[in-house]
Amino acid sequence: MGLVHEIDFGTPASTSEKQVTLTVDGKTITVPEGTSIMRASMEAGVEIPKLCATDMVDAFGSCRICLVEIDGRGGTPASCTTPVGEGMVVHTQSERLNAIRRGVMELYVSDHPSGWNETAGTGASEFDKVAAEIGLTEVRYGVEGRNHVAPGNGSLNIDYIARDASNPYFTYDAAQCIVCSRCVRACEEVQGTFALTIEGRGFESRVSAGMHQSFLESECVSCGACVQACPTDALREKSVLQKGMPESSTVTTCAYCGVGCSFKAEMIGEEVIRMVPWKDGKANRGHSCVKGRFAYGYATHKERILNPMIREKISDPWREVTWEEALAHTAKEFRRLQYQYGRGAIGGITSSRCTNEETYLVQKLVRQGFANNNVDTCARVCHSPTGYGLGQTYGTSAGTQDFDSVEHTDVAMIIGANPASAHPVFASRLKKRLRKGAKLIVIDPRRTEMVKSAHIEASHHLALKPGTNVAIVTSLAHVVVTEGLFDEKFIRERCDWSEFQDYAEFVSDPRHSPEEVEKLSGVPAETIRGAARLYATGGNGAIYYGLGVTEHSQGSTTVIAIANLAMLTGNIGRKGVGVNPLRGQNNVQGACDMGSFPHELPGYRHISGDTVRDIYDSLWGVKLDDEPGLRIPNMLDAAVDGTFKGIYIQGEDILQSDPDTKHVSAGLEAMECVVVHDLFLNETANYAHVFLPGSTFLEKDGTFTNAERRINRVRKVMAPKNGLADWEVTQKLAQAMGLKWNYQHPSEIMDEVARTTPSFANVSYDFLDKMGSVQWPCNDKAPEGTPIMHIGGFVRGKGKFIRTEYVATDEKTGPRFPLLLTTGRILSQYNVGAQTRRTENVVWHDEDRLEIHPHDAENRGLRDGDWVRLVSRAGETTLRALVTDRVSPGVVYTTFHHPDTQANVITTDFSDWATNCPEYKVTAVQVGASNGPSEWQEDYEALAKRSRRIEGKMIAAE
Amino acid sequence: MTMQPAGTEVASRTMSIIDDLKGLEGPLLPILHEIQEEFGFVPKEALPVIAEALNISNAEVHGVVTFYHDYRNHPAGRHVLKVCRAEACQSMGGDAIAAQIQQRLGIGFHETAKDNSVTLEPVYCLGLCACSPSAMLDGEVIGRLDADKIDEIVEEIRR
Repeated sequence: MGLVHEIDFGTPASTSEKQVTLTVDGKTITVPEGTSIMRASMEAGVEIPKLCATDMVDAFGSCRICLVEIDGRGGTPASCTTPVGEGMVVHTQSERLNAIRRGVMELYVSDHPSGWNETAGTGASEFDKVAAEIGLTEVRYGVEGRNHVAPGNGSLNIDYIARDASNPYFTYDAAQCIVCSRCVRACEEVQGTFALTIEGRGFESRVSAGMHQSFLESECVSCGACVQACPTDALREKSVLQKGMPESSTVTTCAYCGVGCSFKAEMIGEEVIRMVPWKDGKANRGHSCVKGRFAYGYATHKERILNPMIREKISDPWREVTWEEALAHTAKEFRRLQYQYGRGAIGGITSSRCTNEETYLVQKLVRQGFANNNVDTCARVCHSPTGYGLGQTYGTSAGTQDFDSVEHTDVAMIIGANPASAHPVFASRLKKRLRKGAKLIVIDPRRTEMVKSAHIEASHHLALKPGTNVAIVTSLAHVVVTEGLFDEKFIRERCDWSEFQDYAEFVSDPRHSPEEVEKLSGVPAETIRGAARLYATGGNGAIYYGLGVTEHSQGSTTVIAIANLAMLTGNIGRKGVGVNPLRGQNNVQGACDMGSFPHELPGYRHISGDTVRDIYDSLWGVKLDDEPGLRIPNMLDAAVDGTFKGIYIQGEDILQSDPDTKHVSAGLEAMECVVVHDLFLNETANYAHVFLPGSTFLEKDGTFTNAERRINRVRKVMAPKNGLADWEVTQKLAQAMGLKWNYQHPSEIMDEVARTTPSFANVSYDFLDKMGSVQWPCNDKAPEGTPIMHIGGFVRGKGKFIRTEYVATDEKTGPRFPLLLTTGRILSQYNVGAQTRRTENVVWHDEDRLEIHPHDAENRGLRDGDWVRLVSRAGETTLRALVTDRVSPGVVYTTFHHPDTQANVITTDFSDWATNCPEYKVTAVQVGASNGPSEWQEDYEALAKRSRRIEGKMIAAE
Repeated sequence: MTMQPAGTEVASRTMSIIDDLKGLEGPLLPILHEIQEEFGFVPKEALPVIAEALNISNAEVHGVVTFYHDYRNHPAGRHVLKVCRAEACQSMGGDAIAAQIQQRLGIGFHETAKDNSVTLEPVYCLGLCACSPSAMLDGEVIGRLDADKIDEIVEEIRR
């Protein structure tokens, strides 16, 4: 197995439809107009040496290496900046060109330390290769360039800059830099952060992070695009410097967020040396964020549990056992509980972090083995309202577009999402489009990076009071309807006209007018009107939304309101438009697709449907229960009531991630057999009786489905350290319970999914290998998948308008709890942080902080950095304050990445009316000064310590 | 020593300059000129304020400020003398003139006199080639430099 080789065409592809034919070194090639000579040559198989060009960024023309000769033109133009012309005859090799290239290279080498032993490079950089190719025979100018001779090394050199190793993952060594600006351009054009610049001029020119700062202190977000772009060893992964260049690579899919970036896992033997985004990955197009590229160290973290463990009581220490004993014990306990308390006394939770195949097996285990439908998934607490809302209005429970669609968007509306933190690669793609002139509307209580950051400024920011989404979106519809901005032709053709009329009448009521809604949302009426007009009339309008929409008591209603708004304006069914939920986890879309819900079989088919059940009845040889099972909150309620006694939880930390922690812990404590299948002794494991060690995405084959419905392959690059991939564990548990499962490879599981699920009918591993990836539905009607849905008509037939009455949440502020708490995420950490907290990413975020407006802080005598007590009617916790005007007065905000903060002790048990999705985003709270941790935090810490003891081992706790 | 203004004062004075000039097309250079005029140099604390106001990054502002030798990062002497070191002036005896000036002032290029009276800087062409060798004192150009003119310049500086 060698390295996956990717061709660097030197400059980006041209999108022109007009074709131009030219000759390069005697080869004839036809390319789109606007293509560079460099790219055209590469397409013809002729590689022109280059240093400052790479196809991720625009041509720059600074290195003077890629020069060519063109018949009939004088001089030696740079092939990167010279576009092709019809009939052009290009020569890339000649004595003259070689002499020029050698001369230029000599100059570079004179100031580039090839034998530099203080910070030895890899000797295998692009620069080294180009130097070798050009065949330098002499360096007339010496190699003691002033930019790399350190003081004390024989001469005093004021130009010398010591190596910057402040970033945990890569180093910057100015001595090895040739100032080609690839890093600066990657930071600007690809990532969109603009954290790098060239400072000074002439010999003093240097790449500088921020204002001559270290990378860590600067605005750098550590996405690594600069490292990927650097042709020398100036910017280089520390892992490569320490361990050497990778020797083999495999294309796989990131296991963090729902963008689903494709990566090459580059290896030496069984060790990952680095993750490099794959340019052919259609979700990320060769880009990544700090998590995907760098934060994989958790896979080999010392706290990972590698042996199965059991214990009688949660107060006992853990006892390591064999897989056989652990699985036999679990099977026996589950059967005992069902015998003693009834068939419905046990259930399972599938994981949005695991593969489609693993998720499918867990729900199959519950339905076939437990003979009930008590299966649910963490989508319950994030995007279940999306499934419901889009299913009702359009007929599919998924986003309508692919990510490429954003390149055709004219007006983007982001509601309740902060992609710059939570979906960074999508944010970069969106920012790129915005820099080209697309407009942006942001609906968010907080002034996020999307509202304003370098070169990005939202046209309208609707800083609404948390909990008023429905009122705002309905009011946007009010403006669209009452000002006659709706797309009548689209609605008549594709939607139910009478339902439209009903909706139009509903939204036209003055109580939905911006002027009325201003009173309850705090958003000025003019801002609402401006946003509605822009979205309706600005060209292709695309809505991207996140958990700020769904995690409310009216989450489903807001999703419906969004769907209505897109239909009203005809923004559905083509490139550049659509309704796009930004999915939280790598496979939350897939987990939902695979039948993880108590009422739905794979492919969103209701369990009450006889024909659907028949498919599985005959295949699995059972009689499926036709009644929906319990949702997660119902399981916990039933546990507290004493009727639900055992649970198999694969890869989810419900104690930390689910709302109202005290209720979750009470539920878990009441159960007799809690089985946690995870990488680490997570918070939920404090209440577990059986611990089954899990495997990471690097250790198994499978598929993840991202937010654009794209099924991406996950490929095994190393053997599971715990011995078994997660699908094998579930299979062995099923076998221990007497089921006759015999899957040899995850591909066989996908084959079963394809056989039984119409939207996956044509999916197979062979097909995925051939296509790279595919977006469902993928069947005979859409043999190559479906990048954009609802083209020409809605899946459900006619688009359905549904009234969206705003009902204020019962979670209201008052004298005791005068502030509204809302929660979110930060770039460097991922969700409950089980993985990212076990990487160097903690240098950016090592604790959760409470953002509070200066006025609210002042009123309470709080200063930045003070410990504060955060209290709601559900509970209290303590954390440190961060005083900032990013939040409005009356609103406070925190993240939930750290278990010692326990932000979810505060959140309440209110939830979405349709789907029970918890209302994380609105909690009435009070904030005051504090001396330290709350009683709950102290008790919990003691419990966590106690429950992580393993016999014969030191505490493996965090 | 010139007292350097405090950070908050820099921010507020910078903001008022930005407010005046923000509407220009390509406002960054005019703003930086005006800031240098105001403070005698471009204080580092002003950079993030400019970046925020123009909605560009700190790095971009830093890149521009450091690219132009004209922008200083610390205060200059009471007078600034720029002596042209470019080709035309060199061909008309500029080297000797530069040496004389350095000797008379007792400082080299890029240096400020101990009494803070003057900062001496090289400059590469003042567009005054027809009157080489040339220099510029506090923004006023001086052509056909010779020993007498140098005397005048030194007198002006010492005054």
